[in-house]
Amino acid sequence: MDQLLIDLAAVLAAASPLIFATMGALISERAGVINLSLDGTILLGAMAGFSVALAANSVPLGFLTAALIGAAVALILCLLSLNLGQSQTAVGFVLALLCTELSSFLGAPVVRVPGPAVAFAPIPLLADLPMLGPLLFRHDPFIYMSFLLVPLVWWLLFSTRLGLLLRALGERPATAFARGIPVLRMRYLACMVGGALVGIAGAAYSLDLKQGWSYRHTFGVGWIALAIVIFGGWRPWRIALGCYLFAALEIVALRSQSGLRGIPTQVFQVAPFVLMIVVLALVNLLASPTLTRYIAALPEPLRRPITKLATQIVAAAPAALGKPFERP
Amino acid sequence: MQQPEISPPPGVAPTRIAFSALRSTLLALLGALALTTLVLLSTGVSPLETYRILFFGAFTTPGRFSDMLMLTTPLVLCASGLTLTFAAGLYNLGVEGQVVLGAVAAMIPLRLLPDLPPPLLWTLSLGAAALGGALWALLAAALRLGARVNEIFAGLGLNFLASGLALFLILGPWRREGTAAASGTAPLPRELWLPTIDNLRLAPLAPMLALLALALVWWLLSSTRWGLELRAVGLSPAAADRLGVAAPRRISEALASCGALAGVAGGLQVIGVFHQLIPNISSGVGLLGLLVVLLVLARPIWVLPISLAFASFTVGSVQLPLTLGVDSSIAGVLQGALVLSALLARGLR
Repeated sequence: MDQLLIDLAAVLAAASPLIFATMGALISERAGVINLSLDGTILLGAMAGFSVALAANSVPLGFLTAALIGAAVALILCLLSLNLGQSQTAVGFVLALLCTELSSFLGAPVVRVPGPAVAFAPIPLLADLPMLGPLLFRHDPFIYMSFLLVPLVWWLLFSTRLGLLLRALGERPATAFARGIPVLRMRYLACMVGGALVGIAGAAYSLDLKQGWSYRHTFGVGWIALAIVIFGGWRPWRIALGCYLFAALEIVALRSQSGLRGIPTQVFQVAPFVLMIVVLALVNLLASPTLTRYIAALPEPLRRPITKLATQIVAAAPAALGKPFERP
Repeated sequence: MQQPEISPPPGVAPTRIAFSALRSTLLALLGALALTTLVLLSTGVSPLETYRILFFGAFTTPGRFSDMLMLTTPLVLCASGLTLTFAAGLYNLGVEGQVVLGAVAAMIPLRLLPDLPPPLLWTLSLGAAALGGALWALLAAALRLGARVNEIFAGLGLNFLASGLALFLILGPWRREGTAAASGTAPLPRELWLPTIDNLRLAPLAPMLALLALALVWWLLSSTRWGLELRAVGLSPAAADRLGVAAPRRISEALASCGALAGVAGGLQVIGVFHQLIPNISSGVGLLGLLVVLLVLARPIWVLPISLAFASFTVGSVQLPLTLGVDSSIAGVLQGALVLSALLARGLR
């Protein structure tokens, strides 16, 4: 029981950078901009955050640097795609590779150098609660923030006027424009705020969950974050669930390494990535015309709950995602 | 996906086009050099010395020159394949996994029938490599067409799966005796290595195959109805469909062809370069190939010169840590910066 609690707490911790990265991607994609550079941005944020935190001996400064770097990468993406008409996919992909190489090059002096890290900070009183204490309240400030970020983004997107505008940019930019919303400027804003969150996710690795810096420190986690956003159907709570599921898989893989002999550990490391794709395929298959036809042929009492379930599980991307916007 | 404009718009004089192309090429070069120089200066190393080694290092000795040609080979093969998928409007990020699967498949005849005459065995091995890469690409096609998983994510997932599979084989069933099992399978017997010139690592058969593949892709895209249909699908799948082109079919064919070429690249890495299966058998040539294709707007004529340039940067950079104490990833920074500033220059045109 205690071991289970420890493992669950480890899952919550391991998912925290993913929460930041996916929420950043979500904000950007809801506004219609796909930021494919995530993996590179996370690496560059991790490297820069660690280097600055080390040089200035200040963890907050490290996080701030990472956020600025993330916003800057997003700014380049916006400039090239929104203003200069280049494909968001192409620019994002190139930025992903370029930032990865930059992180390797600029990070070379700090490889495996010990440095500062986010301090453990159990919350007084709450930390002593049975069950909930060890699960939720014995972490560090970054992880507490990851708990708060999901409801915050959900509230922002679905309960505020700003969120409504943001979603309009991703669904019907022409209508938003006709209502007098500065489409491009708002997209810049969303993409850069999202990019800052992604940068922070990077710093969370180098300053908190995987402390220090090494070559390709975060191993493809940005691509996974992009996949989780799709898996979560561009809805904050389901994306968070995806992050926790993925983190749980990682922990299981880590724990079972000693248990299963004959299968090399490296094979386990790729398992979560593969499962992610399988789940994506299953989710999308639910929406396939063939399956819809089968469901339609079911008897009435069965059909209704299944259709309802399917529409809940399947979600479409923002209609204008990745498409260039031209003033009508 | 946006397909770049290749033919000049009507009513514009060809000389003006040429001038504008020259201007944006220069702009792209200057932009990339400016960014790379800035990065170098920020770490306090001499940019001129670094550029000298980066640009000319691959041409200083015959050994390095052959390494450069042997890196150009898989790069040209991948870029040729990716030219096809780009024409069909696809971002085939799964190309890395297709290279790995090609290498794995190439190992099968080598392990099962090592007593065949080498030329026959090489043919079998490369055939298996092409098949392996094509099947892996078809998996991505099935995910995209059957389950509507975007080919970018299908490809990425399959890349991780492919590298897991290679690791599993290296550490499991194909494990070599003794220590250092993680570094790769047992080396192939000498007589199964692709023949090289003198003592150099240059196996001329490999670059020749790559050139053949590039010529084939060029011909397919410029002179066949299939190539035309592929580009139609890339420009507008819906319009192509209405004109009677089977878009799903063309998409599968483009991915499978790209996979086959990437597979051959992987097979050549095994029999011509490493002479064993190693965990990092693709060494990132697939993603580098994607950069090449983005830089040249999927025009086959430019694939060879740009591949040669990129390969020479990478080979040149290998000497940087020893001679100047500079990390070799600056080659990747330069390659990425070139493509980024080419996109910028195109946007400004």
